[in-house]
Amino acid sequence: METPEQIKLRLETAVPGAKIEILPNDCPAGERSLLVDTAHVLAVAKFLRDDTQLRLDFCSNVTGVDWPEAEIAEKIKVKQVGDGVEKEVEELKKNVRPGFLEVVYHLYSMELKHGPVVLRQRTANRDAKAPVVSLTLVWRGCEFQEREVFDLFGIRLEGHPDLRRILMWDGFKGFPMRKDYVPPDDFEYEPTPHDKVLAEARKHYSPEVKT
Amino acid sequence: MNAVGERTSQNYEILPKTGETGEPIGEFLEVSMGPQHPSTHGVFRMDVVLDGEKVVKLKPVFGYLHRNHEKIAENISYLGSMPYTDRLDYFCSMTNNWAYALAVEKLAGLAVPERAEYIRVIMAELTRLQNHTCLIGFFVQDMGALGTPLMYAFREREKILDLFESVSGARMMCNYMRFGGVRCDVTPDWLVQAKQLVNDYGKFLDEYETLLTENEILLARSQGVGVLSRELAVNASITGPMLRASGVNYDLRKVDRYGIYNRFDFKVPLGEHGDTYDRYMVRILEMRESLKILQQALRDIPSGPVMDPKAKLRGLRPKAGEAYGRIEAPKGELGFYLISDGMANPYRYRVRPPSFINLTILEDMCLGHRIADTVVILGSVDIVLGEVDR
Repeated sequence: METPEQIKLRLETAVPGAKIEILPNDCPAGERSLLVDTAHVLAVAKFLRDDTQLRLDFCSNVTGVDWPEAEIAEKIKVKQVGDGVEKEVEELKKNVRPGFLEVVYHLYSMELKHGPVVLRQRTANRDAKAPVVSLTLVWRGCEFQEREVFDLFGIRLEGHPDLRRILMWDGFKGFPMRKDYVPPDDFEYEPTPHDKVLAEARKHYSPEVKT
Repeated sequence: MNAVGERTSQNYEILPKTGETGEPIGEFLEVSMGPQHPSTHGVFRMDVVLDGEKVVKLKPVFGYLHRNHEKIAENISYLGSMPYTDRLDYFCSMTNNWAYALAVEKLAGLAVPERAEYIRVIMAELTRLQNHTCLIGFFVQDMGALGTPLMYAFREREKILDLFESVSGARMMCNYMRFGGVRCDVTPDWLVQAKQLVNDYGKFLDEYETLLTENEILLARSQGVGVLSRELAVNASITGPMLRASGVNYDLRKVDRYGIYNRFDFKVPLGEHGDTYDRYMVRILEMRESLKILQQALRDIPSGPVMDPKAKLRGLRPKAGEAYGRIEAPKGELGFYLISDGMANPYRYRVRPPSFINLTILEDMCLGHRIADTVVILGSVDIVLGEVDR
């Protein structure tokens, strides 16, 4: 199969204006992935599915990843002038990486029996309203998995035909797979004598359930 | 208002049915089938809208067993998740273990000794045998064959579970495989017992087929029911026997050749029509191919260690990176997607559950059929709610 570089090159000619970035993977056996901007991801997905050399007709796995805001320490060399002598000193510079949510697609070809190509798209921030584009119209197999991504990560997938919660119940508030999710002490909905526990659980109900 | 009208139940709802010009011509009935219905194989619900007996809309509803397996796994060590994977598809704990071990081995770059590879193949194929046998038992039970075929299936399954128990200590929750091998070696006596079982299993399959394959009721209830076209099956990411019943030749044992599957001579049975009967038949034929693999594996198994001496189980900290490992589980492609950030627990742990994704096209298969057929179609999908809900 083609390398990510070759796929990127062909994609850029086939989908003009698409911003594609190849993300490294430090695991030697793992695959590098293609990060595609949300404006062109639908066209990119259609190209990957229909292209005769790739024919990625099978979208095996769809999942979300939560990347909260993090500090990344980086060593850089800085020139310092002390006592009239110029010296190179290593300095620890801390960069703040803004938080974002990510959707990952593992694509294979059933016809040509190759793969995977890993496709990723990212939201601008960790806000629940920041959208990415649903690929259910390209691969029907994304339907339930994207619903799960919406349910557990709170990623809004624009263009999904039926975006509802799938594993959690309808009145549930919050997104359990996010890194900053705080689980309640007890999920019991039935009234129990333990008022303190109930009050704790009630924080997780939406307004319509509270009444 | 009569006595019937006064009863308000939340289990059904009557919706108006209108003609093309908008005049009322009858009623639709919305029924909530499940979650306690015996044919739903667990706690699973179908919201069905019926026109008479015909299904016009069907929405699967699940999540009753949801325990956020992925979140639990992200908070414990790599090894700590291994027993949890048994509980995903509780019929096939061995293949769940293997899929997870495969993903971690890919992530951490571990090798597996040859004897362990053979043991893994033997365990996986035994799992496939017992899963398909039981599934067919449940499937015909859903058609009304109460008891007999299922009891035959459970009789045979028990023999395989005895083998699992004697090697791992547990019938169902085996927790047997490890990163870089398997937990403990099998004894020569165990291999003799396994050979005996494999030799006898063909006879059982013949008996099972005499009972079922040309049974008039099974033919009438399953042929032409729940047809899944080739194109839709591929597009909807269907995997496993369901995909192959629709005529797509895609078996990960042949495509990826993970483990040592390239050493065995076996065929991939394919269906032609994609109906429930083909799904039944593909599973029967797959069991016969599994027997072939088992015979070869039990014949060729070498001696040697069963664990990679370099493998570190406790406190495993793979380098930062990500890997996706997948195997052909009895129900379809079971994958594990792991992201490591260099810590002792995975940063992201994702299970790609085959029966969850195979439910995507349940509505497409059921539309236009009678409500009694939905039960048969669901039975042929082969779901386990422990895996669907995770």
